[in-house]
Amino acid sequence: MSDYEYGNRCIPHPYALVGTQADSASDASYGRVVVPGEVDVTHGAILYLESVTVSFDGFKALNDLNLSVDDGELRCIIGPNGAGKTTMMDVITGKTRPDAGTVYFGQTIDLTRLNEVAIAHAGIGRKFQKPTVFENLSVFENLELALKMDKRAWKSLFAKLNGEQRDRIDEVLATIKLSEAAHGPAGRLSHGQKQWLEIGMLLAQSPRVLLLDEPVAGMTDQETAETAELFLSLKGKHTLIVVEHDMDFINTIAHTVTVLHEGHVLAEGDMATVQNDPKVIEVYLGR
Amino acid sequence: MTERRLFSPLGWTLFAIIVVLGLTMPLLHVWVPEGHTLHVSAYMLTLVGKILCYAAVALAMDLVWGYAGILSLGHGLFFALGGYAFGMYLMREIGREGQYQSDLPDFMVFLDWKELPWYWVGTEHFLWALFLVVAVPGIVAFVFGWFAFRSRIKGVYFSIITQALTFAAMLLFFRNDTGFGGNNGFTDFKRILGFPIAAPETRAVLFALTVVYVAGILVFCRWLTQSKFGRVLAAIRDAESRTMFVGYDPLPYKLGVWTLSAVLCGIAGALYVPQVGIINPSEMSPANSIEIAIWAAIGGRGTLIGPLIGAGVVNGAKSWFTVSFPDLWLYVLGALFVVATLYLPRGIVGLVRRRG
Repeated sequence: MSDYEYGNRCIPHPYALVGTQADSASDASYGRVVVPGEVDVTHGAILYLESVTVSFDGFKALNDLNLSVDDGELRCIIGPNGAGKTTMMDVITGKTRPDAGTVYFGQTIDLTRLNEVAIAHAGIGRKFQKPTVFENLSVFENLELALKMDKRAWKSLFAKLNGEQRDRIDEVLATIKLSEAAHGPAGRLSHGQKQWLEIGMLLAQSPRVLLLDEPVAGMTDQETAETAELFLSLKGKHTLIVVEHDMDFINTIAHTVTVLHEGHVLAEGDMATVQNDPKVIEVYLGR
Repeated sequence: MTERRLFSPLGWTLFAIIVVLGLTMPLLHVWVPEGHTLHVSAYMLTLVGKILCYAAVALAMDLVWGYAGILSLGHGLFFALGGYAFGMYLMREIGREGQYQSDLPDFMVFLDWKELPWYWVGTEHFLWALFLVVAVPGIVAFVFGWFAFRSRIKGVYFSIITQALTFAAMLLFFRNDTGFGGNNGFTDFKRILGFPIAAPETRAVLFALTVVYVAGILVFCRWLTQSKFGRVLAAIRDAESRTMFVGYDPLPYKLGVWTLSAVLCGIAGALYVPQVGIINPSEMSPANSIEIAIWAAIGGRGTLIGPLIGAGVVNGAKSWFTVSFPDLWLYVLGALFVVATLYLPRGIVGLVRRRG
């Protein structure tokens, strides 16, 4: 009934030679057997977008967008309203199909061929701009649903958490500082706490790539600082792509910043380079 | 906390008392002589049995509407399909005792048909009829749901299509050529498994089966909604696209609960027909299906027990009003619905819980 194969994922294939020849970049893809569902990052990059174009009724939300994100990187994406930041996330997560261009997850997984569910299983998690948690379920249950496990309907009928899974949920609860609120309904949380819960749900999913759309919107300064700390600690273990408007926050966490404007990349580099780029200044300050 | 119980000890006690009381009614009908204060009349037994069948439908409705957020305005169709499937068997059981003393059901003789249409083949077998009771509503719901959910049709659009579906089916069943007795439907049943259908013992057994059925599906639905499956359904109801990005494919969940709900309705229909003694296309009328939604809303959706109470209260009131003030009933029903929507968002059950 579903067009992805759950069982294949993450099981090392006996013929897989992934990693053994990774150091010689020239022939990195030579002689390796492609493992279905396995994310191949031997070239260093985990996400490639090439010449992606999306138009809505003639308006080009993305216009020949090229972007490459390295495995384990923390990438910040900024840009004025309507620059195409959210559309870009929609394309990566399968919500929107691009009119042209390719989107690859690792070397082998073509994301434009997969649906939202399959992409989530492949290892890309997403936090929405408006915090979306399951309000009628408890905080614990929100994390339970997010937890990486067999998510087919039949299995859910008899699913029971084992000790390890409970520990994992408790661990995430501690990370997002919601241990106290674990058994209350998620709908009662404050805005900032909902943001955290959603980040926690991403962590429970254990994805390779986390897409975070305005993660600190509506947070207090204290919460923002804690979020920055959390993201920095996740860097390396996961790949993070953060879309934000809060420049102070970007300043704290950013290594590489990509500036989007009218659907394509305007500038890319470290914060100082980007801030001094005359094109960026023109876009942000008006002409 | 996550180790949820099916019911509290108090809940189980109440449940047991109600089931025992329910099972006592047919005994009082059979064993206590007429005229005695404790005698339960055939009229009463039929009325309560009918309401119990409706309660099962309301429960099935709550499963899709209260827990999965899918408002069906066509559940009367599945109920009627189950009823018709079992009605075919009852028609065949009449044998040659009909008006025309033919092997064919009377309405076919009347239409001058010489043999049974292909879809009537095998309906003289009780087990085949039982299979049809489950399979026909199940398959119709599955195929319809597959296309609707795969196209991501939801909300009011889905409701309108289900309403159109039951209306179309009603028009189809009204036709004499469809082979289900046209607007008269099926009636004049004589026997079920060889037992006379109107005998007190037969009535009692049918009633007891209905009680067991309603009690059984209440426990089953409770288990289902307390499972992780139920929590995923709630997640799909509240934020479907979020659920997908978390990695759940909504299609099998929605399709599963939708088909299950239709099958539960079909079985309720099969229990209804022998007790009430008639099934005709009016069961598929759009108004009937809307009424099912009203039972659930008034009782309190998303509570399972609420829709059972709602079906009981509304139908109890209906049978009193339609005797005493027949003209007023539809106004009363409308008023009940408005009041429930405005002041009782959680229905009767919500009212009790707030006080308690």
